[in-house]
Amino acid sequence: MPSLSELILSGIAGDYVDRPVDRAYVHDGTGVLTLETWRALGTGEIAAPSRLYVLFDHIIPANNSTTADLQHELRDFAVSSGLHLSDSGGGICHQLMAEGVALPGEVIAGADSHTCTLGAFGAFATGVGATDMAAIFASGMTWFRIPETIGIFLSGNLCGGAEAKDLALAYVARLGMDGGTYHALEFVGEGVSSLSMDSRLTICNLSVETGAKAGMFYADSVTREYLGSFGHEIKVQNSLDPTYPQEYSFDLEDIEPVIAVPPRVDTIRPVHELEGISLDQVFVGTCTNGRYEDLSRFAAIVRGKKVKVRTIIGPASREILLLAARTGVLPDLLAAGCTILPPGCGPCLGAHMGVIGEGEVCLSTSNRNFRNRMGVGGEIYLSSVATAAASALRGEISMPGGAT
Amino acid sequence: MRIEGHAICLPADIDTDMIIAGRYLRTKDHSVWTRHVFEDLDPGIAARLEGAVIVAGKNFGCGSSREQAPVALKEAGVRGIIAPSFARIFFRNAINIGLPLAEADILCSDGDKLVVDYYAGKVFAPGISRDIRPLSHRMLRILAAGGLVPFWRQK
Repeated sequence: MPSLSELILSGIAGDYVDRPVDRAYVHDGTGVLTLETWRALGTGEIAAPSRLYVLFDHIIPANNSTTADLQHELRDFAVSSGLHLSDSGGGICHQLMAEGVALPGEVIAGADSHTCTLGAFGAFATGVGATDMAAIFASGMTWFRIPETIGIFLSGNLCGGAEAKDLALAYVARLGMDGGTYHALEFVGEGVSSLSMDSRLTICNLSVETGAKAGMFYADSVTREYLGSFGHEIKVQNSLDPTYPQEYSFDLEDIEPVIAVPPRVDTIRPVHELEGISLDQVFVGTCTNGRYEDLSRFAAIVRGKKVKVRTIIGPASREILLLAARTGVLPDLLAAGCTILPPGCGPCLGAHMGVIGEGEVCLSTSNRNFRNRMGVGGEIYLSSVATAAASALRGEISMPGGAT
Repeated sequence: MRIEGHAICLPADIDTDMIIAGRYLRTKDHSVWTRHVFEDLDPGIAARLEGAVIVAGKNFGCGSSREQAPVALKEAGVRGIIAPSFARIFFRNAINIGLPLAEADILCSDGDKLVVDYYAGKVFAPGISRDIRPLSHRMLRILAAGGLVPFWRQK
């Protein structure tokens, strides 16, 4: 029986196929090189502008005149060519696509490796480079090698202070940094139904850290309800119970709070083994953990208290920030001493704000802890939101409340 | 198609941040990338890349989708990369910009003369040869054209 990737791409694993792309997007970091390459193609044509999105999130607002000039050019191109544009402050590209744009069954290409996040909707969503994206701009199509699929079976419910991020780090550690290379991951089993849309987005977000081409959930009643709030009526996708060449199983009851220690995402340790490591910065945000549930969970833990370390919160979109303002989450964060960034993702890659100095240690809810990524000579530990909140209150790595 | 050059040996899991750090991406000036390529891994490597074939461990190019990574390597003079496996976005990006890759597991030393022969499907190092995993017909045509842009313009 076919996998979800095989159903969406209409073929069999191993086939090379040309397919129309339903939606494609670039951000300010990859859009400039895409534009340069598209111009080099020399056709002057944009095949389907209504399917293309330019979303500013990496260095926003611009930090210097070089960046400002590059963004100016990209912005003008988007407007004059009729592409969808989200300017500085709108939010992180993957999150904006997750707010009622990406739909089940779609083929989505993004010029960013974490495009796999959108597999949470039952779409085939994958990251591409600037040249592939330029060709998509010009033709509306791209080629794929239909991937083999790894089945990841989930059972039970998360408990004891563990959250979706802990599961994500656990499966990355189990597969390793290249365990999913050239493959798609499908998250299936009765444990799936308990996971919210925000949790699924976090789980799919890390699939590329195993090298996977895509990480996917079948659209179910949770997906239908979430997309219904954006006015979409979708059909659920039923698994045809494919035979997976590789399978992994996780009982969610067994997932414990963990941290990925620098400089690898696949090297995890239980939080309790790392307690007491002194922190210079806590960063909560990014396409991994900057959603409303994340901010709300963080705020609930720090409410009425003060953080003991520089704590930076990056809401993943303007809508999330607005909701946080309306529900009182934002005042709680500010009162606790947190710094709020405009919606974007600059600190994660050491590109803009929240950069760490030599010898500094950051606990981050992002998805990569590569050497020097957030700043030369700095170290990045990756954790869940609850672990980040507990740690921010003590200024050192600490177990989240409710953990046993 | 055939490439040759001197070996530069690197470990497994070389990520794109190591190839070109995020702080150098915001420019159209490609010389910034060739100047800072591999800076966070070993600042001494950049000067040795002209005419080189990189021989790396598995999962070369993991991490971000930044195409500046293969561009930096190609424009610094790298003629090709041999590794047991590549991260898939890097793999496509490299082919698309005309930087030859070969999936093969071969042991050699820095400075060894290496040859990758795509027609023979083999990589040759002093005293040994190994099969390379075949590239698709389309990828070979793109590489032979020098990348997707020249391939496209030929169409």
